[in-house]
Amino acid sequence: MSLSVKDLSFTYHAGTPLARRALDSVSFEMNSGQWMAVVGPTGSGKSTLAQHLNALILPQEGKVTVDGMTVTHRSPDLREVRRRVGLVFQYPEQQLFAENVYDEVAFAPRNWGVDEGRLEVLVARSLAQVGLETSLSSRSPFSLSGGQKRRVALASVLAAEPEYLVLDEPTAGLDGGGVREFLSLIAELVRGGMGVLQITHDLELALSRCDAILVLDHGRVLGMGSPQDLVDPLCRAVLPGLIIPPVLDFSRRLRERGLAVPLTMDAEELGRRLEKGGRY
Amino acid sequence: MGSVCELREVGYTYPGAKTPALAGISLRIAPGAWVALLGSNGSGKSTLARIFNALLVPTQGSSIVCGWDTGKEEHHAAVRREVCMVFQNPENQIVAATVEEDVAFGPENLGLPSEEIVSRVRWALEVVGLTALSRQPVYALSGGQKQRLAVAGALALRPRCLVLDEATSMLDPQGRADLASVLRELHAEGMTLVSITHRLEEILDCDEVHVLHRGQQVWHGAPLDFFAVPRPEWGVEDPPLWRLWRRLRSGNRIPRTIFPRGKEMAEALCPSR
Repeated sequence: MSLSVKDLSFTYHAGTPLARRALDSVSFEMNSGQWMAVVGPTGSGKSTLAQHLNALILPQEGKVTVDGMTVTHRSPDLREVRRRVGLVFQYPEQQLFAENVYDEVAFAPRNWGVDEGRLEVLVARSLAQVGLETSLSSRSPFSLSGGQKRRVALASVLAAEPEYLVLDEPTAGLDGGGVREFLSLIAELVRGGMGVLQITHDLELALSRCDAILVLDHGRVLGMGSPQDLVDPLCRAVLPGLIIPPVLDFSRRLRERGLAVPLTMDAEELGRRLEKGGRY
Repeated sequence: MGSVCELREVGYTYPGAKTPALAGISLRIAPGAWVALLGSNGSGKSTLARIFNALLVPTQGSSIVCGWDTGKEEHHAAVRREVCMVFQNPENQIVAATVEEDVAFGPENLGLPSEEIVSRVRWALEVVGLTALSRQPVYALSGGQKQRLAVAGALALRPRCLVLDEATSMLDPQGRADLASVLRELHAEGMTLVSITHRLEEILDCDEVHVLHRGQQVWHGAPLDFFAVPRPEWGVEDPPLWRLWRRLRSGNRIPRTIFPRGKEMAEALCPSR
């Protein structure tokens, strides 16, 4: 099972003087159980790409395929594509609207005609997946804390039983503990076979948690590969808006100054090497 | 010179709440200081920020801002001219259609003469680096540019103090870096700054750190002393680079005056000739 993008290009306001190419021949493939990061500066096309993956935007050129279903204007499967690929926008808690948590989470499957008995199962399971007590069901989503609201928003996407999740900066605005909790929820979903594509500015997260990284710049794929493959090129490519993780940046500076230390994000490893005495 | 803000045993309980959001906070902010208020979500730091510019009035103790007791409502307008706030969400702080109109909004409301408004707008946009965009519609700005616009709007009131409540948390790394350099410049020019944040790299430039935990003030002191001891019990992160910095420091591999910044640490370890 996989989500595949082939030679995808997209131009906003095509055919007008305001035309702007947002995606330029992007190709990649993501499998079930894979956690992929899409990194790139603001305006690099990350969000445009995300919206293609669940058919919010239909391809102008190239092809998007979800588990064998091709996304086109004439596709009879668009609804199924949208069910399979759950899209979680940035600050999803700003889109909460229902009177209580239960109705919020049940909204999408109820719209598709799922019966109430099955809905109850779906809601309970989705809340459990995001680590929320079922007892919150009757509460207003607006009475919850920021971190809880975000989890309700994620639960409402999970209630559609997606095979893939596309997350746009899911940890933005959370504090350290909140970020860790949220990421361990994602890790759990990935272990359960979910394919997760996560848009992020956080290279540290991409390099330390994800299986694969796609680097976008000006709508083009600048690089794609495992974190190990991309550490070195990412340090060299000075992309505006991408901050090299501090320990990695420190190790890079030491190497530039002729010290024999590895390029690494691992503070403990670097500390040991420095204590042993990297030689000039 | 007196303090910009002086809080004595300040407590605040939200209407209807059983437990206070803040209790026993005493602190003094000197003119020109850059103070960081640190704490995890729910620690009371945003409540405290709102006390500095009299959006909230202490339910206990007293707060004196630029000489005015905020307990008296007739002082609030003056306090809010001296202490301006910049909030988290750049989208919620813009009131006009174009960049320069937005910055002019505050001074216009003060009833200033038009040449004064024009010069303030020009100066404020210059400081935040948006001069080239002054005629642009605000919707065309990026998040980071919008947040710098919010800062310019505050600056145009010529306050003595800016309070930034998680002002960088919705910005991308580039937006954060741009805003940080604006703040460094304002600090160099003598503006009093209060940064409320949970991003630890943002306190590197501050003079003074105050940590809140469950509404109480649990620590205050100089940034270097703050970095020196990890504080997990207050929900404060311990970035890996800081761990490495402490390790190098305790092994006397780097001088004790070096900050936990990669550039400084690398220079100290292998000085260039």
